[in-house]
Amino acid sequence: MPGAKLVLKDGSEFEGFSFGSETSMAGEVVFNTGMVGYPETMTDPSYRGQILVLTYPLVGNYGVPGDANPEELFKNFESDKIQIQGLIVSEQCEGFSHWSAKQSLSDWMKKNNIPGIFGVDTRELTKKLRSSGTMLGKIVVENTTIDFEDPNLRNLAAEVSVKEPVRYGAGEKTVIVVDCGVKNNIIRSFVNRGISVLRVPWNYNFLEEKADGILISNGPGDPKMCTDTIANVRSALAGNRSILGICLGSQILSLAAGANTYKLKYGHRGQNQPCVEMGTKKCFITSQNHGFAVDTKTLPQDWREWFTNDNDGTNEGIIHISKPFFGAQFHPEGAPGPDDSEFIFDMFIRTL
Amino acid sequence: MIRNIKPKKILILGSGALQIGQAGEFDYSGSQAIKALKEDGIFTVLVNPNIATIQTSDHLADKVYFLPLNIFFVEQVIAKEKPDGILLGFGGQTALNVGVQLYEKGILEKYNVKVLGTQVEVIKDTEDRQLFSNRVAEVGLKVARSVTAGTVQEALDAADKIGYPVMCRVAYALGGLGSGIVQNKAELEEKTNRAFAFTNQVLIEECLYGWKEVEYEIVRDVHDNCITICSMENFDPMGIHTGDSIVVAPVQTLTAKENFNLRAIGIKLIRHLGIIGECNIQYALDPNSGDYRIIEVNARLSRSSALASKATGYPLAFVATKLALGYALNEVENIITKETSACFEPALDYITLKFPRWDLQKFEHVNKVLGTEMKSVGEVMAIGRSFEEVLQKAIRMLDVGMNGLVGNDIDFAELDKEITQPTDKRIFAIVQAIKSGYSIEKVHELSKVDNWFLHKLKNIIDLESKLKNYNLETLPIEVLRPAKQAGFSDKQIAGVIGSVAEAVRAKRKSLGVLPVVKQIDTLAAEYPAKTNYLYLTYNGRENDIVRSTEKQVIVLGSGPYRIGSSVEFDWCCVNSLMSLQKAGYKTIMINCNPETVSTDYDVSDQLYFEELSLEKILDIYEFQQPLGVVVSMGGQTPNNLALKLHNAGVKILGTTPEQIDNAESRHKFSQILDSLEIDQPEWKELTDIDSAKEFAQRVGYPVLVRPSYVLSGAAMSISYSEDDLELFLKKAVDLNKEYPVVISKFITKAREIEMDAVANNGELFCYAISEHLENAGVHSGDATLVFPPQKTYLETTRRLKVIAKEVAKALQITGPFNMQLIAKDNDIKVIECNLRASRSFPFVSKVLKINFIDIATRLMMGESVPKLSRSSFDLDYVGVKASQFSFTRLKGSDPVTRVEMSSTGEVACLGDNLNEAFLKSVISTGFNVEPKSVLLSIGSLDKKTAFLEEAKILQTMGVKIYATTGTGAFLKENNIEAEVLEWNLENGQPNVMSHLSDKKIDLVIGIPSNTEKAGLSNGYLARRKAIDQNISLITNLEFARRYVKAISKFKMSDLKIKSWDEYL
Repeated sequence: MPGAKLVLKDGSEFEGFSFGSETSMAGEVVFNTGMVGYPETMTDPSYRGQILVLTYPLVGNYGVPGDANPEELFKNFESDKIQIQGLIVSEQCEGFSHWSAKQSLSDWMKKNNIPGIFGVDTRELTKKLRSSGTMLGKIVVENTTIDFEDPNLRNLAAEVSVKEPVRYGAGEKTVIVVDCGVKNNIIRSFVNRGISVLRVPWNYNFLEEKADGILISNGPGDPKMCTDTIANVRSALAGNRSILGICLGSQILSLAAGANTYKLKYGHRGQNQPCVEMGTKKCFITSQNHGFAVDTKTLPQDWREWFTNDNDGTNEGIIHISKPFFGAQFHPEGAPGPDDSEFIFDMFIRTL
Repeated sequence: MIRNIKPKKILILGSGALQIGQAGEFDYSGSQAIKALKEDGIFTVLVNPNIATIQTSDHLADKVYFLPLNIFFVEQVIAKEKPDGILLGFGGQTALNVGVQLYEKGILEKYNVKVLGTQVEVIKDTEDRQLFSNRVAEVGLKVARSVTAGTVQEALDAADKIGYPVMCRVAYALGGLGSGIVQNKAELEEKTNRAFAFTNQVLIEECLYGWKEVEYEIVRDVHDNCITICSMENFDPMGIHTGDSIVVAPVQTLTAKENFNLRAIGIKLIRHLGIIGECNIQYALDPNSGDYRIIEVNARLSRSSALASKATGYPLAFVATKLALGYALNEVENIITKETSACFEPALDYITLKFPRWDLQKFEHVNKVLGTEMKSVGEVMAIGRSFEEVLQKAIRMLDVGMNGLVGNDIDFAELDKEITQPTDKRIFAIVQAIKSGYSIEKVHELSKVDNWFLHKLKNIIDLESKLKNYNLETLPIEVLRPAKQAGFSDKQIAGVIGSVAEAVRAKRKSLGVLPVVKQIDTLAAEYPAKTNYLYLTYNGRENDIVRSTEKQVIVLGSGPYRIGSSVEFDWCCVNSLMSLQKAGYKTIMINCNPETVSTDYDVSDQLYFEELSLEKILDIYEFQQPLGVVVSMGGQTPNNLALKLHNAGVKILGTTPEQIDNAESRHKFSQILDSLEIDQPEWKELTDIDSAKEFAQRVGYPVLVRPSYVLSGAAMSISYSEDDLELFLKKAVDLNKEYPVVISKFITKAREIEMDAVANNGELFCYAISEHLENAGVHSGDATLVFPPQKTYLETTRRLKVIAKEVAKALQITGPFNMQLIAKDNDIKVIECNLRASRSFPFVSKVLKINFIDIATRLMMGESVPKLSRSSFDLDYVGVKASQFSFTRLKGSDPVTRVEMSSTGEVACLGDNLNEAFLKSVISTGFNVEPKSVLLSIGSLDKKTAFLEEAKILQTMGVKIYATTGTGAFLKENNIEAEVLEWNLENGQPNVMSHLSDKKIDLVIGIPSNTEKAGLSNGYLARRKAIDQNISLITNLEFARRYVKAISKFKMSDLKIKSWDEYL
């Protein structure tokens, strides 16, 4: 088995063995604490530019499912390809087993030209990222050389967004999904509820589009890079059409409203994040994947904090006091993750 | 809300004696509950006759009642204590059943006792199969198709409708008692006939054999917050009881969609049912489509919740208690991280594996095939970062002589049968199958075990073949490290490459192949945690902790609960840890049993959930560099390691390992006794059958035969004749090649005595003498123990003390020790001496109210302990410890007590006199003490004669007496009226079997003669029938006599309701 190593910007190295594609790759190194759902996580566009560390040590157990019709929205993936730069695990499974599996994790990554390293002490690596903060890193296979590269300097949302508007579903009501890197399950969540979706590029001027509500999607990178989206949302806030922001979308909504965002030390990535609804004793377990957060102190007058993270107190959602504008920092669509906060879709749809 | 009217006094029901299906896990949950209540300033009252538990310690509940857990006694405790709340979910099925009865009889209402947490109506919804099916259907979820039956005919009709094979489940059953897959009408008829002896309801349902079996632990608060703490997947699919299955946490072969779908279903159902606190939901999952069925919900803490708690680090029982008090989930602190909230779902960055421990070989005639009824007596849990690692660790943790998955001396003749009709050895049969060329698919077809698991087994097998290419010198790190990462032990590797463990250890250390210490922190390192919960792994490179510079002491635990080593040793370990902490030491606990309190997060400063093996202890010792290791608290497992550890340079605290060996080695100990002029039964150590016969001939039969290192009477037996001896030796000699067999003269009609004591530098410090109710011949673990002794002569006790003093001095004992002795008239002989705490330490400590373990620990650490002023002569009350058997669960086993131990648990109660304490104890183990009819069948003439007085008492009491032919004739001669029953149907009516079937008999006193041959004798069949019909059974003469005397003096209502502290 060829050797491979992860080199971090601070000079530390984590040696292991190569799997997937034998190519070197650079990116921002982040960790996710979910115990299942690698096919969904790896295809989540929010991971664009990132090398993903999975803290759960056994990965690939149930293989990777196939997808029937590549012309439509993939059923088993969150976008049409693997989005991460590379994968770091303790163990990758060759002897996978599941009725839905079509290939091994390694073969799937090979096809997508994505490198992976196994045999790494992922707990050690995670602790490092936790204490030093998210860091740039690179996967180096054998003796190749490659430079570090900071993906956050690029407009990542633009890279993953659709280029032309696409329609889904045939419901009476329509929601515009501003695609900054939207996960398929957000679109499915509307379509399954009988709502049509008009998916538009991140910088598309949707203001004149006929629709009942606007969803600003999740996506990768720094929300401040999405200047066009922020400007469009700011205009939309002047009206009364319902707006829901999810993850990056919530941050864009905050920026549009006049609040500020900042980079978290190492972000929230996992399927077990407790979020408390302000003023209640309701606590929801949520799926999360974000490296930036809204600075609650900077929320303008008519906005309130909606949810907070019960672990570290950071903002997990915002809500307008009178208009149907909301933002959820977590992923109500799960995929992978719990469905505790799915009610947010129902609530949003009721305002349409 | 509820907290504003928070109860001031709460009654907690424990689970009583350990038995199959209900073991130490409820000591863990009850102890946690009490701690959680105390933190809120609530006065706690506990009813639990299991005296060896931690929860019945003086530092926990404010009031402890060692009383039977049935509504008769619990009602009286309620009337006396007037609690305003009751917790039903912490004492297993026993507490739940008592709770339901208290509610239905209106007792809770009458005394205005509020049920905290899940309400009784909800419990009933989960317990009654039909109600449950209805409730599930209300929210559109799927259960296995099922029909409730109240009679045998209804069951047969239901099965016809669903189609064979069907699953037959029994309502309100501990661990699925009486449940099973039924292939045809005849089987169903037989099974339901038996089931209706216990219950008035059975469930016939669609058979899901071969589906994946998965479980989730769910908590919910009064604010409707509902989360899942842990998911678990069974290695053994549907068809084998989850208690008998190998289980991994978290789930391994489920996709995110399947996993979160099952999570959502569980939460939906739990909300609909209205459970508050903790519960467990079990599913069957179709391995070919992801379709599911809900199997059941346990609305209480369970074996699985204890496992989940230890697997995740999430203190389920503690949190459940807070939720029952009305706290919101996010108002409870995550005690592990101390930084984050309890409202989160643990993320694991490791894998855990539970392996059940069976002791089936200890029973005669027992059916060893695993099915839907639980048979295991304990379990271990291994933690690691690969499946291969945890599996091999767990197999060694079982302490059954296996080196891991491979490298064992085991061979199966009928592989296919072993795999399709699984026994406790199936996994080894699978290994043999793969080695002999079976494909993964073929093994899957036979076993239904998921291919993922089978691939993993194959990885281990492949590594073994790779290792075979090398010897110690040539073994490269590229092979050695993967082997260690796959959980191979040094000894196991040595076995494969033809070396010894020490050499492999030295080699791997020189190559830098060392395990690392990792923490369990519930959050996969996402937040810093102040956790003390640790494991070793080779799948990592960094230690999570740095060595402490403080004074540290390691205490070795007892490993899995098994027959002969159970919760009593956990009590000793926990008490030792507490004493060490009080004395200012940092404590390190090593244990691998998820059912224990010693593995709780708040009991030691550092907990290593690890193997109790030389290799792992040395690894930990070398890393931690403690002052020393305590080996005398965890029973025989750590005791056996003492000398090996010592030879490897480990400092053993207390009595020196050489002296431990002097006591363990029969030769050395015998010489010491000879030099002290202390008597012992004549014995000889032998290695061949002929010299054994010769010896037995010389001293005269009966003789006692046993291997030199004894654990719970393993392979110990009395031989009454040369035939007996020959038959038995073939079994025993094969059992343990390392040590020869010892044969000794068996002294009949002698009294057996236990001496529990503590010494300091060879001086006896304190001691407690208890006597067996039964004559010698019943294993001390099965015997009924009386303390202080009521029958032993003063002269004898005086002499016992002198012997203890001399032995303590000769062996230079510092710490706990236990001696077993035989007294006949005033003649005393020493049977054995263990330089460690014994099974009866918690019993005598609690009855005497002097903590022997605390004293022993302090003395071992060189502290001065003031002389005691209290002795057993000061007691105005009596404690009686009685054994709990699990024969009902072990189909076919002969329910008779012998020198080989077969009880799974024990209780002890206090009384103003022997009879009162005795009755409370036997009621606690399930005896009917107000029989209206009794069947007498007493073996030999001397026993018949000895029982005559008691037979007369029974007659005077108006008890209807049935007797078997011989006993009946004897009674008639002595003017006692008895209705004579023929043995069986062939001999005509009226007969024993039909009377037992019809439950015309409340109690069987069936005392076998010494000459009763093994095999399917009439006596065996009747005993077995009684057990299967849930009829009280007595098989020992002295026990029977005491029982009759006691019931003639006391009715249930005469038994006093006094708490522990009221016995002064």
